[in-house]
Amino acid sequence: MAFHRIPVTLTINGQKIVRDVEPRTLLVHFLRDELNLTGTHVGCDTSQCGACTILLDNQAVKSCTVLAVQADGSDILTVEGLEQEYLHPVQEAFREKHGLQCGFCTPGAIMLGAYLVNHNEPLTEEGIREQLDGLLCRCTGYENIVRSIQRAYEIMNERQNVQSQTAKGVG
Amino acid sequence: MTQVIGQALQRHEDIRLIRGQGQYTDDMKLPGMVYAHIVRSPYAHAKITAIDTSRAKKMPGVVAVFSGQDLKDEVGLIPTAWIPPDADMKVTPHPALAYDEVRYQGDGVAVVIAESPYLAQDAALAVDIKYEPLKVVTDPFEAKAEGAPGVHTEIPDNVAFHWQAGENLDDIFQKAEVVVKHHFRQQRLIPNAMEPRSALAQYNAAKGELTLWATTQNPHIHRLLMSGLLGIPEHKLRVIAIDVGGAFGSKIACYPDEVIVSWASKKLNRPVKWTETRQENFQVTTHGRDHVQEVELAGTRGGEIQAIRVKTYANMGAYLSTAAPGVPTILFGLIINGAYKIPHASSEVFGMLTHTTPVDAYRGAGRPEATFLVERMVDLYAQALQMDPLEVRQKNLIRHEDFPFTNAFGLQYDSGNYQETLSKALEIFDYPKFRREQENLRKQGKYIGVGLSTYVEMCGLGPSEVAGAVGFQGGLWESATVRVHPTGKVSVYTGASPHGQGEETTFAQIVSQELGIAVDDIEVIHGDTQQIAMGWGTYGSRTTAVGGAAIHMANEKVLEKARKIAAHKLEVNEEDVSYDSGTFSVRGLPSKSVTFQEVALDAYLAWSLPPGIEPALEGTAFYNPKNFTYPFGAHIAVVSVDPDTGDTTLLRYVAVDDVGRIINPMIVEGQIHGGLVQGIGQALWEGAEFDEQGQLITGSLLDYALPKARFFPKFETAHTETPSPHNPLGVKGVGETGAIASTPCIVNAVMDALKPFGIDDLSMPLTPPKVWQAIRQAQGKESLHS
Repeated sequence: MAFHRIPVTLTINGQKIVRDVEPRTLLVHFLRDELNLTGTHVGCDTSQCGACTILLDNQAVKSCTVLAVQADGSDILTVEGLEQEYLHPVQEAFREKHGLQCGFCTPGAIMLGAYLVNHNEPLTEEGIREQLDGLLCRCTGYENIVRSIQRAYEIMNERQNVQSQTAKGVG
Repeated sequence: MTQVIGQALQRHEDIRLIRGQGQYTDDMKLPGMVYAHIVRSPYAHAKITAIDTSRAKKMPGVVAVFSGQDLKDEVGLIPTAWIPPDADMKVTPHPALAYDEVRYQGDGVAVVIAESPYLAQDAALAVDIKYEPLKVVTDPFEAKAEGAPGVHTEIPDNVAFHWQAGENLDDIFQKAEVVVKHHFRQQRLIPNAMEPRSALAQYNAAKGELTLWATTQNPHIHRLLMSGLLGIPEHKLRVIAIDVGGAFGSKIACYPDEVIVSWASKKLNRPVKWTETRQENFQVTTHGRDHVQEVELAGTRGGEIQAIRVKTYANMGAYLSTAAPGVPTILFGLIINGAYKIPHASSEVFGMLTHTTPVDAYRGAGRPEATFLVERMVDLYAQALQMDPLEVRQKNLIRHEDFPFTNAFGLQYDSGNYQETLSKALEIFDYPKFRREQENLRKQGKYIGVGLSTYVEMCGLGPSEVAGAVGFQGGLWESATVRVHPTGKVSVYTGASPHGQGEETTFAQIVSQELGIAVDDIEVIHGDTQQIAMGWGTYGSRTTAVGGAAIHMANEKVLEKARKIAAHKLEVNEEDVSYDSGTFSVRGLPSKSVTFQEVALDAYLAWSLPPGIEPALEGTAFYNPKNFTYPFGAHIAVVSVDPDTGDTTLLRYVAVDDVGRIINPMIVEGQIHGGLVQGIGQALWEGAEFDEQGQLITGSLLDYALPKARFFPKFETAHTETPSPHNPLGVKGVGETGAIASTPCIVNAVMDALKPFGIDDLSMPLTPPKVWQAIRQAQGKESLHS
């Protein structure tokens, strides 16, 4: 018995992907099993832990709550696609502030952090703690994740300042 | 020499982990790999009357379906590897798949192997099993009652072991001025490492070799145990655990699942992978704690504690897991006096079998259960005397001049300055000022409380002679190889198996400091039985204290040989050579020198070595510790309790810990944070519950309250550093301290807040409904049925 498969076209980490998928395939399994993007992790089966968080059309989304077919046509960024010329400020900050221990929830935490620093004015410590509600980490006690995200805002700023100064210098 | 030890260096392991390039077991994919799904019992206790796999075998993509009958005569029983002596212990027979009777909800009954995980799961639903449900017992105290349902027919009274330590204290208790008696329930916890367990087995029939990638804290222990039960000789079995996503004790055990995939891979001659779901993690991965404790403390009216004794009913679950029997006995019963100079103590423990998930080590393993009871008893004793709990602690803490201190059970605490950590905590937290504010706020109907916990724990497991004497079926030494390559770069092989604790960094710091070479020139390799000769793994806060000390010894061997080669090259006597920051030079003639890299190359070229010196440059050492290490500290928590909702808010948390010499303060602080959150989780939110049928009703992250970021204020951490005198690095251990100290600290704080209501104790977790009900009851209001 062959399963009915549906074609999907997505952009993943800047690359166009065309595949036929079983309709029930979760996006996270599609990423891990079909595309070997194993940086995105599965930590639970009830959408609590957030280890599978990715950016889907620039929104932080738990990829275990989305079917691959629902993501048809979307633009997806996973932890593997975050680093461009340099590490993303959130990646750099997590290392600097010891925002990870075992590293399992880290890809989800980093993608959530990337969403926060991309979309918000710097949040207060309390604000960051609230925003981390969809993330479970059993190692860090969260404090260094909070510090990492605070630091990521600073790195983002520092880089923007350098960029604008460089632009001025050239101009 | 540049100071590397003590620096907050960024972690080496993060380079891959922040990029999503870790190598966790479930990330592995091998050609021809098939996927296993284990069919589990929905009943906590039942007879299996029939299994029909024919329907499942016809399902799409199914490669094979096996039941307990298929495995029964081909694999050995799941082992118990800790047998406390003189405890009349009966090992529970534990087949990898149950074939006649299931003994807890989640007990494996069959395995479906298919071409994809989805297809395996589909077919699992088509395995037809008939059960005849039987009576169930889940509570360790009730399991001992006459007529309680039996878990194993071989053990009719459900007592797997009965262990005692210490002296008969009846006389002391009879004569004591003050006796405080209390009953505590240390609820069951579910470790919930964020990475679910996983195992991938690949059998090579031509060579008769099996490679097993597994989520384990101790790959060599797995190799040793699995070799026996699979009948594959140890040298043909390779266990690999590269990145492991947290464990907290739950990945020590040798589990049925790993055995099943290993056997199936051999049977099918294909790689077989199994990864548990979070639901399975809740149901079958080992749980922690679960004690019923009857505690008595004897003291004078003046506040001097004379004796403590405990009778504990420890819930072991349905089978005795790998290290389980050692946890409520050796790691608990021998340290119930905590950080206090209590001359007399005794412990009695019944290891009880019930129809529940097996219980094994969980962060702290035994020591949190001991610390909780003594720290709570000190508060209850203070209350009985109308004395401040701080004063009672100050009176009874072991004094600096008492070290090395031998407790009533014969444990020798290595070093400590308990007064200093307490003073430091009291510098951060103004206790008298708090007491004044508390009084004022109470008048306004606001209830805040302070809790103290001045703890000690035994870790750095441990001396192998002691391991043998207490029935641990292994050694507890550690191995290290420091291999210098011809270019002077270094590979370090450790038998410890870190899984988040950061030893790829801290071990490199030890080598960098001692060999005087750059941290970036050092790579630490762990978690592969083929690369590392032997080791006992990571648990019991042993990795740096034991594994780190082994590295120190291996470094010494490297330097000793390198110095000989350098002296030869410099044409001077060995004693005339000094070494600093990567350069050997002639004393008094610093211009005459040779670098570590040059010596390494010479060692490998072997063109001109001193007489009697073998080529190559590496050191291998096996370090067997002389004693355990004893970290300690003083924690202070401040909470507010809302009497209208029963809700507890954590306002401040001060942790002053002394974990011996600190290699990397950033990593140490991270370990403390993580431990605190787990310990506070036990006090306030976490708790596993079974219903009367033995169904785990807290079986998902929707039902079991794992702490979240918004539950916590910023922690205030500080340290004192009292080196361990018997450990060459002076280190003690930090992995478990936070989880050990914080639980009683929080409960003491909540009870202090509730003091005006006359409430002295509530069982954990102190959830809002429980606290609210207790306040209503205390106020004489009708209690609402919850």
